[in-house]
Amino acid sequence: MANTKTSAVTNTMPSLPGPRADSIGTGSRTTRILGVVLILGIGLWLFLAFGPSGPDIRIDGTSGQEIGQFDAFRLIYVHVPAAITAYLAFFVTAVGSAMVLIKRSVWWDLVAGASAEIGALSAALTLITGSIWGRPIWNTWWEWGDVRLLTMLVLFMLSIGYLAIRRLEGTAEERARRSAIVGLLLVVNVVIVNRSVEWWASQTIHQNSTIAEAAIDGLKAFTLFFSIVLGVGLYVWMMIHRFRLAWLERQFDRFGLDDALATRRAEATTVLDGRDPHGRDRVEGERP
Amino acid sequence: MLAEVLLIAGKDLRIEKRSKIALNQVAPFAILIVILFGFALNADRPALTTFTPGLYWVTILLASVLAVHRSVAVEAGEGAREGLLLTGIRPSSIFLGKAAALIAQILLVAVVLLGAVIIFYDARIDNGVLLVTSLIAAVLGVGAAGTLYGALLGAQRARETVLPILLLPVLAPVLIAATRAFGDAMGTVATDGWAWTSLLFSFAALYIALGIASHGVLMEEN
Amino acid sequence: MLLGRFPALAGATLLVHAGESVLLEGANGAGKSTLLRLCAGLLRPESGTAVVLGTDLFKNRRTVRPRVGYVGHASMLYDDLTVAENLRFWARAAGVSESQEHAAGERMEIDRRLYDVPVKSLSAGQRRRTALAVAAARRPELWLLDEPHAGLDQGGRDIVDSLISDAAAAGGAVLVASHELDRVEPVVDRFVTVTGGLTVERPRPTERAARSATSEHGHAR
Repeated sequence: MANTKTSAVTNTMPSLPGPRADSIGTGSRTTRILGVVLILGIGLWLFLAFGPSGPDIRIDGTSGQEIGQFDAFRLIYVHVPAAITAYLAFFVTAVGSAMVLIKRSVWWDLVAGASAEIGALSAALTLITGSIWGRPIWNTWWEWGDVRLLTMLVLFMLSIGYLAIRRLEGTAEERARRSAIVGLLLVVNVVIVNRSVEWWASQTIHQNSTIAEAAIDGLKAFTLFFSIVLGVGLYVWMMIHRFRLAWLERQFDRFGLDDALATRRAEATTVLDGRDPHGRDRVEGERP
Repeated sequence: MLAEVLLIAGKDLRIEKRSKIALNQVAPFAILIVILFGFALNADRPALTTFTPGLYWVTILLASVLAVHRSVAVEAGEGAREGLLLTGIRPSSIFLGKAAALIAQILLVAVVLLGAVIIFYDARIDNGVLLVTSLIAAVLGVGAAGTLYGALLGAQRARETVLPILLLPVLAPVLIAATRAFGDAMGTVATDGWAWTSLLFSFAALYIALGIASHGVLMEEN
Repeated sequence: MLLGRFPALAGATLLVHAGESVLLEGANGAGKSTLLRLCAGLLRPESGTAVVLGTDLFKNRRTVRPRVGYVGHASMLYDDLTVAENLRFWARAAGVSESQEHAAGERMEIDRRLYDVPVKSLSAGQRRRTALAVAAARRPELWLLDEPHAGLDQGGRDIVDSLISDAAAAGGAVLVASHELDRVEPVVDRFVTVTGGLTVERPRPTERAARSATSEHGHAR
């Protein structure tokens, strides 16, 4: 049984390497290698971010005083990759949702769902780091003038709604189509929210420019770039695992179905044995 | 097509005429929120007048969630949703009909509530044309999006809890734009209300189009 | 057909010709209602073949729906509207003429005085009559009746029985799920036991001349 399950996973997932045949799990050689690389990457990232990349300190041209974001700047190495990962994840969700509607594909539904979960996590991380960063820099936990943060907040809310929709009752196909529509609308809504919030903020609140004014020297730029690559790498790693888990869950449901069908048919024969001797010969339509 | 839309809308409005849910339950709920805001803001008249547009639209959105529930419940109760499928009416007509009836009911609540904020908050109307136009534009968007997301949830038991978290973030742009437009029309904020009204119309047009496009897929599932 | 992870139908085979009426019997939860809802195009079949009125249910369920007369457990009526308003709305929605609508109301012998009463105030039997009238007004080619006798009085049951035999005589097909075997047996042509998600043809208690017509047929698997 165990072998059948895993082989079914590998058979139907040509684009992703499957788990080893002798175990049920979401790991495989590729994900393990990727995992080790990512752990090393995280080590390097921590070193760069806390060490040599240095705080943001500039000298004000007129007063000669030290200005800048100081150590708070280092939060950018979490904030920016998280934000980029969130947008990437929701983009994948939208693509997956479109594919569900076009091709009626379960594969894409699982991709869309897995990606949205990671996207919600990344969006939350973006909001939290943004808020922590805003405390020393803007002297407030929440800056209503920052369009990007507001958009991310609404995106996060929308993703919570999307994930709630995914958990509603119904058959797998019903849920897939229902979530696909919400998943596609996610993108539409984010664009509308972004445009309207930008317009709103520009008319009401003085907008702070954030990163543009910080002095990003070579090593800071490299650390930022590296952290983005790392963030995307983590996204890929989590995606593979989350997707495989969802796929195994689905396989489990399908295997359960075969058992359920057998049980259901057995119900029929026992009833018929007792009541109608001619009945059993006439049972037709045995189909897997 | 138009006949089908009018048939569905007429049916929903007739049900409202009989049950008076919007008039006797949703509208009083909205007025109650307006009064509660008054208590919460210490009955500070200048503050209330200043914040009237925002308080008004938050209230409308909350009341609209109730109206959407009612609109969905009408079909979910005795399996009428399936009955509609069995008649062979186009899903897009069902969407437009349901949306039209919902919009009419929310407009009714909105007008009642406008009276309430004039009385309780001393709201002044500087530009009546702008106010009415933006009100209609905003309610069109709320009704279209509400019908779309309501149909998505259908007879789901979790509808009452999921609908607000699904719908309210989607309506955030409507809240922003309608509040600004009302701010201009009531003279509390210096902004170009007509620009915001055009944004509201765009939102409404988009959601009407999305509803027509997606209702087939939504109705098919059950 | 899957209801969650429970296969309501697990390989049912049923071929119904035009002009035939078939009784579906079986214990509660045997899959009768699911089979009827499937034939009405309300459920999507999971696997197998499903052709109703010459239309493949996997390809197109929408065109089948207006041609069947499905009466299930839910009345599919609007509680806040009166009987007359419900009949009017559903007739207009299905593109049925006013005279057909009136005829259906007469046929189901709905009391004239009840026409202006909201459906929510009706008794279960009166609701059932209204629901049957809504379906009858469409003159369906395939009747799908899920326990049509439930809640009906003697007169109502007689009407249902004549509805079944008339529909079959007029060249339509009838699938009726019922527990009231004594009542339905005389009016139907065939007997099918639904059990454990399968269908089993049962010999007729009394042989009758087989009617057959092949121009239209419903086949649900």
